[in-house]
Amino acid sequence: MKNIEILAQEIRDAINAADSIQALDTIRVFAFGKKGIISEQLKSLSSMSSDMRKIAGPVLNSLKKQINGLLTERRKQLRKEIFSAEIAHAKIDVTLPVRQTPAERGRIHPISQVIDEIIAIFSDMRFTIAMGPDIETDYYNFTALNFPQRHPAREMHDTFFFNPDEKGACKLLRTHTSAAQIRTMRKQKPPIRIVIPGKTYRIDSDTTHSPMFHQVEGLVIDKTVTIANMMWVLEHFCKTFFEVPSVKMRFRPSFFPFTEPSMEVDIQCDRSKADIKFGKGKDWLEILGCGMVHPKVLRNCNLDSEEYQGFAWGMGIDRIAMLKYGMPDLRAFFDADIRWLEHYGFRPLDIPTLFDGLTS
Amino acid sequence: MKFTLSWLKEHLETEKSLEDITDKLTSIGLEVQNVNSSSLLNSFVIAKILTAERHPNADKLQVLNVDIGKKKFVQLVCGASNVRAGLISVFAPPGTYIPGLKKILTVGKIRGIKSFGMMCSEHELLLSNEHNGIIELSANAPLGVPFFVYAGLDDPVIDINLTPNRSDCASVYGIARDLSTAGIGALRKTITPIISGKAEKTSMKIKIESNDEEPLCLGFAWRVIKDIKNGPSPEWIQHRLTSIGLHPINSLIDIINYLTFDRGYPLYTFDADKINNNLTIRLGRKGEKVLALNDKEYILSSKNCVIADDNNVVSIAGIIGGKKTACDEKTRNIIIKSALWNSDNIAQTGRELGIISDARYRFERGVDPNFMLPGLELTTKMILDICGGKPTEIEVIGFTPPIIRKVQFPFSEIRRLTSLDVPRGETITILNNLGFKTIGEGQVLTVQVPSWRTDINEKADLVEEVIRIYGVDRIKPQPLLNDFITQDKILTPLQIRTRNTRRALACRGMLEIITWSFISEKNACIFGGGKSELKLSNPISSDMSNMRPSLLPGLIKAAQQNVNLGFSDIAFFEVSDTYEGNMPEKQRRVASGIRRNTAGLNGSGRFWNGNATAVSVFDAKADAITALESCGIAANEIQIESSAPSWYHPSRSGAIILKSKIILGYFGEFHPNILDTLNVHGPLCGFEIFIDAVPETKKKDTKKRAPLVLSHFQKIIRDFSFVVDKNITAASIIHAAEKADKKLIDLVQVFDFFEEKRFGVDKKSIAIEVSIQPVERTLTDEDLEILSTKIVNNVIKISKGYLRK
Repeated sequence: MKNIEILAQEIRDAINAADSIQALDTIRVFAFGKKGIISEQLKSLSSMSSDMRKIAGPVLNSLKKQINGLLTERRKQLRKEIFSAEIAHAKIDVTLPVRQTPAERGRIHPISQVIDEIIAIFSDMRFTIAMGPDIETDYYNFTALNFPQRHPAREMHDTFFFNPDEKGACKLLRTHTSAAQIRTMRKQKPPIRIVIPGKTYRIDSDTTHSPMFHQVEGLVIDKTVTIANMMWVLEHFCKTFFEVPSVKMRFRPSFFPFTEPSMEVDIQCDRSKADIKFGKGKDWLEILGCGMVHPKVLRNCNLDSEEYQGFAWGMGIDRIAMLKYGMPDLRAFFDADIRWLEHYGFRPLDIPTLFDGLTS
Repeated sequence: MKFTLSWLKEHLETEKSLEDITDKLTSIGLEVQNVNSSSLLNSFVIAKILTAERHPNADKLQVLNVDIGKKKFVQLVCGASNVRAGLISVFAPPGTYIPGLKKILTVGKIRGIKSFGMMCSEHELLLSNEHNGIIELSANAPLGVPFFVYAGLDDPVIDINLTPNRSDCASVYGIARDLSTAGIGALRKTITPIISGKAEKTSMKIKIESNDEEPLCLGFAWRVIKDIKNGPSPEWIQHRLTSIGLHPINSLIDIINYLTFDRGYPLYTFDADKINNNLTIRLGRKGEKVLALNDKEYILSSKNCVIADDNNVVSIAGIIGGKKTACDEKTRNIIIKSALWNSDNIAQTGRELGIISDARYRFERGVDPNFMLPGLELTTKMILDICGGKPTEIEVIGFTPPIIRKVQFPFSEIRRLTSLDVPRGETITILNNLGFKTIGEGQVLTVQVPSWRTDINEKADLVEEVIRIYGVDRIKPQPLLNDFITQDKILTPLQIRTRNTRRALACRGMLEIITWSFISEKNACIFGGGKSELKLSNPISSDMSNMRPSLLPGLIKAAQQNVNLGFSDIAFFEVSDTYEGNMPEKQRRVASGIRRNTAGLNGSGRFWNGNATAVSVFDAKADAITALESCGIAANEIQIESSAPSWYHPSRSGAIILKSKIILGYFGEFHPNILDTLNVHGPLCGFEIFIDAVPETKKKDTKKRAPLVLSHFQKIIRDFSFVVDKNITAASIIHAAEKADKKLIDLVQVFDFFEEKRFGVDKKSIAIEVSIQPVERTLTDEDLEILSTKIVNNVIKISKGYLRK
């Protein structure tokens, strides 16, 4: 047995001295392999007398347990050492940047964003969104809207025309989204509640005018709506759009061929600083034109002007975008300058909704 | 339309303040654009130069001690040639805005001597161009009094933005009438004088030549005044004209101009001695020339209405007179005429010849026809008062007094359109004060429209008249009830897809741009357009002449502009309209995008963990498929064919087809010839998706999804590598593999693809990974072997290739 004890001490020393998993494995095989020293001793138990076995058995088994424990312990320790070495080796500069996610790089043009804001606001008031073609006839753009035959807007210096067709009629690029009003009224029976965002064109170019721009038209037709309703709708819109708790608006009598009575609307603001602030201040800023749909226009759409009535308004999308977000020059909207787009554009997941207050 | 406060008060008796008046003007629809109030000019005061001594350090400067009134004295340095002790002139203290210099005065130090203000010339106050010396005032001018008050130049000028329907307010009198109705004072009635003829009629004849179209002259009245004396007009007329920006010329011309603004009816005077025989009102003759009062020569067309004597055109009717027959200081005998012109013709001629005049402004909007004759009397009276002379009797041709228009006006109409209850009495008072006559006692009035309101035709017009005076601000906003039921969705499928596509493409790191709907004819032709029906007849420039057939030329041009600024990696998209024809249904909704240089999905340029590579057809394809997916089309529904249009690279582009017939779009790199023609460089790829070509999905009865059946058996992956002919498409190999067992095969992916010489020149190697999902039981080795053989056989059958060992 003494022999065993010396052997055990040797194994224990070897385990302590093992400096790798492989060395440990070799010791394990030396001790517990098929021909391992301890395995051989255990095998020899069967040939022992029962008295001898009673003495040697527990000693050997406890030795086996002890050495196994030491092996496991040493293995754990060795692995820890290996991991520590690996971790130290894997050290990396985590301040190295990662690439920006595509959704963070992409941008929605302010015009699209503002149209989505407009849709969010008006859809909540049960308006649907209508559209009309950019290339219009004289009839839809002017005649049906009660423009007199020789109105200046019908001239070449204001309106883009196409070459005359075989009948001599010239198509044109719509000068306002009002043209789509007529198309809607002609195909849809009242009650009507629509807004029409879209492109419009006039021969004009400076910091606040562009030959192509965007308008949104609104139209409500039924049997009882009045100017009072129109005022409410427009106030509600401006308040929600400019995200201010209240907004003071001034309705001034004005003139448009297709509405009667007609009004222009100013919004109260503070222009004393470079940044225009709404909902306070002493200045007025013209923001839209509106009115009760002219009875002639209703009749042009085969609606009985004694039975039906309604209101309409038109507003520059680019203009309200500039007012809300502070772009100084309209022409830049169409210049596609990468720096402008990144600065004034919107992240694709900033989808305007009323429940998050449009932009907050 | 400009006028001064004192001029207004000549027609309006009022104690209201300037602010009350301007606020009211705006609130009744006469929008005040600008008020040039002289209160800003009050710091210019009358001052006396007590001493003037030569500046010790400058020959031409003098140091003045000035008495500015109220026992205040200041020192200043002045260089004017007429400066001398004792002179009374105009002083401006530091802090004053000097309009002629366009700057605010500060305390100055001129060659070592401090100067606390300045003495002003007429030019510095914008009174004239006189800037050689300071203003010299008479010895009794009161020191310390604001100069503009003293000089009577403190009259505020009000500028209103007149809407085109309100020709009745193109006169100070008309504005006064509106204001008086709105409670700002009382209108002073003027009595039209009746002038009896004191001189013999002349032998001159005037006739109106008829033409086949509508009549051009609806009335012509005239008389001759003999033995007048023309010269500078009285100061009060000159003042008024100057204050609204007109230049006084001589009495005859000034009187006409004055009355044009005062009463809104432009008359005209000819020097009778310069007229050759008779006058004819006729259409111009093509090429006929006339030198107008503005010293410009106009070439007339056969659509312009003119007045001509036996030799020449003497006036472009209702717009501008001729220089040759104009009145000057030597004029002794005049023809004064008052005419009624066809407003459409005036507008057309004015635009055609590009003449803007105060006469045109009024005639094209429509003057009061009933003022043609009183206007002549009033003008005559003024001329006689100022220039003397003997008038002949009035002669009139072609004039029929206008028919009185009547409108049936139910009181209920005001409430119907505005929700306002305007008391009956107040309604009638407003209408009467505006000049409408009201007849009837019941609920419906008959309203007679005054001749000066050419814009009033129906009851809605009268509602506007009543509420603009009663006060639009008295209408209280009322909510629009939310009981409106729409059967459809708020947005149409096309609108929803447009929105989704935008957001989806932006999520791929692209920037949305908006480009012009019109492009150059050259670019339109390159991208399949160029139809004559889409060519503008009056484009703003030749670069913007044709409606675009594609969004790509705009996108490519925009990218190149950024390249020129030093930004080479660009990913742009646009979701907008293109035009295949001029009918509404030919307007297409398209999503299109381009990527340039290394602007791929994951970012562009160099990066520490790997540089972005040049964009290619597959970047464009991925964008195109994203656009389609956001329109509800799944990638496995579409087929790709190599039939993209001519602007794409023939070997590196594709067409996206649905159900073998619907073209949903194209993608690819661009044809080198096209890039060359457009002068565009660099790796560039793009796509077009026709959103409006995507079929609308049928509305399903239920929103419930099909039940999800999950297999419990382990998924198996098998790889196969084939060598096939180069022209065998990946899609056909995937399809063949999938067909081996549609139930078991979940997915087939291409995981490797390359060409190598060892396979032969026209060969390529393509490797697929097949995911097999057992459904009913675990597959045996034998099952898998059978399936694998079938996959291989299917692929070999369509490709004539072989399996790589």
